[in-house]
Amino acid sequence: MILLNQVVQGILLGGYYALIACGLSFMFGVMRIINLAHGSIAVLAAYLVWMVAEHWNLSPFLALVAVIPVMAAAGWLLQRTVLDRSLRSGALTPLLSTFGLAVMLDNSLFEKFGADTHSLAPDIGDLAFNSWNFGDVTIGQLALLTFGVAIALLGGLQIFLNRTPLGRAIRATADDPDTAELVGIDSRKVYAAAAAIAIATVAIAGTFLGMRATFDPYTGPAQLIFAFEAIVIGGAGSLWGTLIGGVVLGVAQNLGSQVSPRGFLIAGHAVFFIVLAGRFVLAGRDPRTLLRVLRKAPA
Amino acid sequence: MSDAAPITVQRWSPVSIAAMAGLGALLVVLAFGPFYMGPYLTDRLTTLLIYVIMAAMWNALAGYGGLVSVGQQAFFGLGAYAAIRLSHLGLEVYLALIVAPLLVGLLSVPLSTFALRLRGGEFAIGMWVFAELTHLLVNLDGLVQGETGTSLIALSEFAPDTRRALNYWVALVVMTVLVAAVFFLLRSRAGASIQAIRDNEEAAASLGVRVMATKRLIFVLAAVGCAAAGALTLSTLISFQPKTYFSVQWTAYMIFMTLVGGLGTFEGPILGAVIFFVIETFFGASGVWYLVGLGASALLFSLFLPRGIWGTFRERFGIQLMPVGYRLQFRSRP
Repeated sequence: MILLNQVVQGILLGGYYALIACGLSFMFGVMRIINLAHGSIAVLAAYLVWMVAEHWNLSPFLALVAVIPVMAAAGWLLQRTVLDRSLRSGALTPLLSTFGLAVMLDNSLFEKFGADTHSLAPDIGDLAFNSWNFGDVTIGQLALLTFGVAIALLGGLQIFLNRTPLGRAIRATADDPDTAELVGIDSRKVYAAAAAIAIATVAIAGTFLGMRATFDPYTGPAQLIFAFEAIVIGGAGSLWGTLIGGVVLGVAQNLGSQVSPRGFLIAGHAVFFIVLAGRFVLAGRDPRTLLRVLRKAPA
Repeated sequence: MSDAAPITVQRWSPVSIAAMAGLGALLVVLAFGPFYMGPYLTDRLTTLLIYVIMAAMWNALAGYGGLVSVGQQAFFGLGAYAAIRLSHLGLEVYLALIVAPLLVGLLSVPLSTFALRLRGGEFAIGMWVFAELTHLLVNLDGLVQGETGTSLIALSEFAPDTRRALNYWVALVVMTVLVAAVFFLLRSRAGASIQAIRDNEEAAASLGVRVMATKRLIFVLAAVGCAAAGALTLSTLISFQPKTYFSVQWTAYMIFMTLVGGLGTFEGPILGAVIFFVIETFFGASGVWYLVGLGASALLFSLFLPRGIWGTFRERFGIQLMPVGYRLQFRSRP
């Protein structure tokens, strides 16, 4: 039964990973950019929320409402100043420029806030540790809320992409920016809007990072890696795949931690490489063939 | 038509012959370094030699192979770890520093089959995940004692001055061998293939370039080089803490040096290493502001000066010191 509880905790943790992966996945889907500063931006958002919450003595949720527009504007600015130029100068440039940005951000945060760890948990009172118990299975209220927010955000983005004019413009630009331009879409504006949305979701993810754990200026790269693993495990380019990827990652980590204290991270990275290797082995082979073989076997 | 083609291919130019001669002379002067340099200068120059290795390797990978890796610290850390392991097993310590990178290179061969199937950003972060995983796995070794770390005890048998000189010479020889390896690789048939792949993989493959084999060659070379840099760093620091060696900071340094010097040029990364070395010497003590500066420079160079200082200089003046390319000479018509 302890194992069952670990699996449940893993699934809930997967909600956080899906949340942090959301913006990375969205940006990759639209612009084909892997933003290496993604994790650092999430930590920046966590610091902003912490500052606003401390200064005006607000709940982090209210502080987040104030920080989201700021981060969206930052996303827009990021697109206009860095990503737009990077995109035009070749496939490698976005990686180099966003990595430079990440190094810059992490160390600037260190200069401003020092090495001390911070957390938003003290500001949310009971929510940080309250939970419901079902036999051996414990469900933390914050963890469930995180999971719910992840589903709402992924679902909301999906509806936005499918149903709204801007969503359609984003999809068209993602498919083929040049053709989109022909039908009157300004791809630069669309990219800037997409970047604003992506970074706004990062603000939400950063806030939940701050509420569920502690963070320091160098927490960013680890968040980038978790987000990336969730995306790759779930299959890049699909928003719901990201949720599945996050859950797989979270479950693997929690089961790994049962084996050894260091097993948490090792199991997470291992499952990432196993899924990748599996995909390479299957590459070029129709998975339906495999299904047909399996179906025929008993006959 | 009876005459030879109006264009001749030139590989050596007077400038490059002079540059090679100058480089040879510089190496000879450097080889006697420990006899006329003080202990501080010898130590610092050893560090510079290590930086040149790191920059040259990352440039080979990204500038020529088109493979941006954020995980080269995996090989850097593994090189140091392998050296400690080998020395612990009884191998003579300086021999261990040489054998360790070769072992890491051996390990990178099967890894390459896997890693090279990843593209662009996937390769970049995939390598980073690999570095994180190797870091965790190295920590499992009892010899390392987790994050507490251990040290290359065998080095303490040497008198400090002897050790300093030996470190310097080993670094100088390893740097020369690795940079020469890049040089000859680029001049060879593989060099043309490598650049063709970087510019357009599909087109290169359609011309009969063996894409996978060529990329693997450069991946393994970069792995050996970064492992050598790690092992040499261990020889200067003696202590081994996994967190330090597997830090992504090493890759950040490599990226900075290559971008500032000139990505995809042979001479650029060497210039970048010297620039980084000077900056570190003067501003290294000023805390993390200098790291903020490194990140900002990488960002600005990638956006506004993608060919770096040397690449821009070369473009403007048409000078190539090291003859790694082909120059077409138009014969004037009579």
